[in-house]
Amino acid sequence: MADITIRGLTKVYPGGVRALDALDLDVAEGEFFALLGPSGCGKTTLLRTIAGLETATDGTIRLAGSDVTRLPPGRRDVGMVFQDYALFPHINVLDNIAYPLRVKRAARADRYRRAKDAAGLLGLLGLDGRRPAELSGGQQQRVALARALVAEPRIFLLDEPLSNLDARLRLEARTQLKRLQLHLGVTTVFVTHDQAEALALADRIAVMEAGRIRQLGTPVEVFRRPANLFVAAFIGSTPMNLLPGTVRDASVTVAGARLPVPDDVRGEIPDGTDVVCGVRPEYLDFSEVPADPAGGAFGGTVSVIEHLGGSSLVTLDGEGGPVRVVVAEGSEPEPGTEGWAVPRPGRVLLYRDGELVTAAAPAMAPTIKDGGQG
Amino acid sequence: MAPPTSPRADLGPPAPRDAGDDAAGLGRGRAAAFVAPALVLIAVFLVFPALWTLYLGTTDYRLTGIAASDPKFVGADNYGDVLGDGDFHRSLWLTLQFVVGSAVLGQTVLGFAIAWVMRDRRGLLRRLVEGLVLLAWILPGSVIAFLWIALLDRDGGTLNALLGTPGTAWLLDHPMACIVVFNIWRGTAFSMMLYGAAIGNVPPSHLETARLAGASTWQTLRDAVLPRIRGHVLTSLLLVSLWTFNDFTPFLITAGGPDGRSEIMSVYVYRTALGDGRLGFGAAISLIMILINLVIALLYLRALRDRSRKAAVA
Repeated sequence: MADITIRGLTKVYPGGVRALDALDLDVAEGEFFALLGPSGCGKTTLLRTIAGLETATDGTIRLAGSDVTRLPPGRRDVGMVFQDYALFPHINVLDNIAYPLRVKRAARADRYRRAKDAAGLLGLLGLDGRRPAELSGGQQQRVALARALVAEPRIFLLDEPLSNLDARLRLEARTQLKRLQLHLGVTTVFVTHDQAEALALADRIAVMEAGRIRQLGTPVEVFRRPANLFVAAFIGSTPMNLLPGTVRDASVTVAGARLPVPDDVRGEIPDGTDVVCGVRPEYLDFSEVPADPAGGAFGGTVSVIEHLGGSSLVTLDGEGGPVRVVVAEGSEPEPGTEGWAVPRPGRVLLYRDGELVTAAAPAMAPTIKDGGQG
Repeated sequence: MAPPTSPRADLGPPAPRDAGDDAAGLGRGRAAAFVAPALVLIAVFLVFPALWTLYLGTTDYRLTGIAASDPKFVGADNYGDVLGDGDFHRSLWLTLQFVVGSAVLGQTVLGFAIAWVMRDRRGLLRRLVEGLVLLAWILPGSVIAFLWIALLDRDGGTLNALLGTPGTAWLLDHPMACIVVFNIWRGTAFSMMLYGAAIGNVPPSHLETARLAGASTWQTLRDAVLPRIRGHVLTSLLLVSLWTFNDFTPFLITAGGPDGRSEIMSVYVYRTALGDGRLGFGAAISLIMILINLVIALLYLRALRDRSRKAAVA
């Protein structure tokens, strides 16, 4: 059973801005769920509406089966970590952690015992008596986490929990966060604009744009098979190559290359259809000689080489525009030389009208009659 | 040529400096020339009268009669008389009621309440409320005194018409209540604006943390808002107390009456010094008022300093 069930959720702000547009979403119990998207896509509004900080214009939110759409935030049994952590500066760490229990008028001894447990869980013991201003950014973030979980909420909501940390600390905090979520097993929804963070942490990701979910899936699905051009362009730390082309005789003419139409969609696309061919730089192999005489490779002149650490990103200027390809460390070409980028089998995706062309697959989704093919 | 910026910058460190060495590039001579007119005005209209008042307080100087032409030095007699005067005690007590009732409680609580209620509102309602409250603050005292007399009048008064209580003489029966309510109405704008700005500085996430925990309004104020705006509260209390303590506008409504029942300190000084003509006696009261003002200011400044020291430790 889903722990969070959202149906037809719409949020229109007083100015007429439609932040959420008839949105449906199910989050399973114990799931670590990411809301990902560029700023203004509605991801934070969705999180805040689940928390009850924003009231829904339309639609319903059910937490653990009970309708909470009209409940005030204090009665929804959710814990939340804000982007700025929102620690009270005038009280010490232990009092900050114990704050939700104090509001609920828990006995003093009980609330300090539970606050100490939460502090221990997050490695904050020994910092009890300090004020938030005396803590590092990472410690403040952990205090905020401890405060959010001290009352043992049913749902855990995180608004950009790692964005205020510096790059190095962020990786450390990311691992710690994933470990914590595994340990507690509490249903967690977090908002991020950082696709790498979402891919690394989440069990499932909802990629949002303009108040709608553009793709819902596991990190692997979202990375390997972006459902549309928006997701394809958004996901991946090195952007996907998206090249316009035309289908002819079971092959695609794109950027001077002729690629075979992928097996699973062969016959789905009539001849003469304009498509966009998408292939990640990681799924291209660089070659200094044209590997395939039939032209199954993108040719061009090496123009830019960007070092990524363990690998390099090579930009080839070809006739269809620049193509980027990831090259292993030590085998980078010289700028100005000719080169070819050869797609690995099964890694080329075709987009028609902005949507991924998928196999009709009647066995997989018999109830959907016109899904994705219109 | 450099514009005359803050003249006080030139008076600051006494170390000799070459012309053009300071921020404004003026040098000592020209800086002094810029400051001189202001200093002369301050000396003539502020420093000299203050010292003159100190001197007057030690004489039996009167507005008319023999003592006007030939005042005698009486030492501390005036101060002894003031402190033993029953009218002074009554006036002090009434002033305390006036300050605590209208400034510390009335304006502060009402101003904060309006600011709190209006914190999330935008648009017409907010502008209307703020505009009306501000209007009460910026109108000339004589104008609003006239309006309030019209409001509270026994025979054609608006309040009696509204309440259906014809013939009630508010200004005679409840003079203190009248000037307390009047001063709340008149001065709330300052607290409202100051608290409005202060509440705007409380991070929204702090208020939302309280909401998520299920905090009541009172708990939210106690845990998230008041600790954050303590400095604003103290500043507001200091200014509002001093202004109210020295306020003379109530005289325009009740003239201290009836029978001295609304004779707050500023009115008491006015009556004794200019009404009765006892300038020496009035000067003595004035000095005592200044001392009381200083005590109020010191108390608040001390509270503020404790706070900043605590903040520095934290």
